[in-house]
Amino acid sequence: MSTRIHVTVNGVEYSHFVEPRLLLVNYLRDVLRLTGTHVGCDTSSCGACTIHVNGKATKCCTMLAVQADGCQITTIEGLSHNGELHPLQEGFNECHGLQCGFCTPGMIMTAADLLQHTPQPTEQDIRHALEGNFCRCTGYHNIVKSVQYAAKKISEAAVVH
Amino acid sequence: MIPATFEYEKVTTVDEAIAALSNDDTKILAGGHSLIPAMKLRLNRPAKLVDIGGIRGLKDIKEEDGEIVIGAAASHADIMYHTLIRHHLPLFTEGAAMIGDMQVRNHGTIGGSLAHADPAADWPAMVLAAGAAIEVQGPNGRRRIPATEFFTGLFSTALEPNEIITAVRIPVPANGAKSTYQKFAQPASRFALAACAVMRFADGKTNIAFTGVGENAFRDTGAEQAITGKAIDENTINAAVNAALEGVTVMSDHYASEAYRKHLAKVYLKKALMMVK
Repeated sequence: MSTRIHVTVNGVEYSHFVEPRLLLVNYLRDVLRLTGTHVGCDTSSCGACTIHVNGKATKCCTMLAVQADGCQITTIEGLSHNGELHPLQEGFNECHGLQCGFCTPGMIMTAADLLQHTPQPTEQDIRHALEGNFCRCTGYHNIVKSVQYAAKKISEAAVVH
Repeated sequence: MIPATFEYEKVTTVDEAIAALSNDDTKILAGGHSLIPAMKLRLNRPAKLVDIGGIRGLKDIKEEDGEIVIGAAASHADIMYHTLIRHHLPLFTEGAAMIGDMQVRNHGTIGGSLAHADPAADWPAMVLAAGAAIEVQGPNGRRRIPATEFFTGLFSTALEPNEIITAVRIPVPANGAKSTYQKFAQPASRFALAACAVMRFADGKTNIAFTGVGENAFRDTGAEQAITGKAIDENTINAAVNAALEGVTVMSDHYASEAYRKHLAKVYLKKALMMVK
């Protein structure tokens, strides 16, 4: 038995029949071929699969595709606009915020949720927000710096406009 | 990991959810953050899931007749950021921020956490300390279950198979109440290895609840009696700590032995009492 879902992913509307047990992360990766969202631990611990569902950071290995019916979804592929990197993507590049890069999409999506609510986070705010994201290269120090870079860039841009 | 196959129904009213529960082997799906991991591990393989995420009003948080009413489908983040909660029930604001991580708080719900009744979950201790009642609805209508009667054992509650939690109701504490939630979190899962919630009312009544310690969260009446109505000082704190966990079967697992967990629980009770001094 399958169920029809309608979702908007990175601004594009999709409609598919899916099996109820299909996980949202597998829908994104295997059906839509958006493979920027990674499967790490597959037990909602590591945060590699973090995306935004209706603007909220979500571990999509712990959500069924059918639960996303009618939702607005943003994945790492939808973060840059017109070929210009999002300040977080630029920050990770500038501050050496990644080593193997596996955790990076999840780190960036979680940090993006933080910056929506807390545009000028303290170091402690950043570390608390990223508690659910593991970096097996243990590069946390530069990840924090990358988020600080993005926060600064976003706040400076806000002043200019 | 992929769950076993199941039938899926999305409902829009509580009555529809209750009707769906009349079929055997049907589970309620709320945030899914306890149920889906269990289903992926095939520890749980219900024949049918009833998704209550679309029931209007079930996430609402409001004040009604001297009570704070938290809809069962309110997420941990909804509760954590709500100004009414911050104003009247800072215990829940403080405790909600310690649940899991940001992503889990965005989806996990208070009703789901209570129904699942994990022995190390955070909400059970907080609702016990706050003197809450769990409002449930079944085929025969609504009833209220005092939090003290709700948790009956390991992953077990007083909820009947065809009942659904609709809300948590907490009497608004009179001005002057102090509270805290103190937790020693397992570093990876952030579940409580031992945690203590304390609500000290203006008249000196003191509610003390533990989670992560026994097979289910519980109020510690021995510790409460040692400090209720008395000034909180070194002597009464020590008396409460000494009286705590009397007759409780303390869990032991590969993270913490019985002796270590008991020690942690008492240390966290002491920390909590110092916070509400």
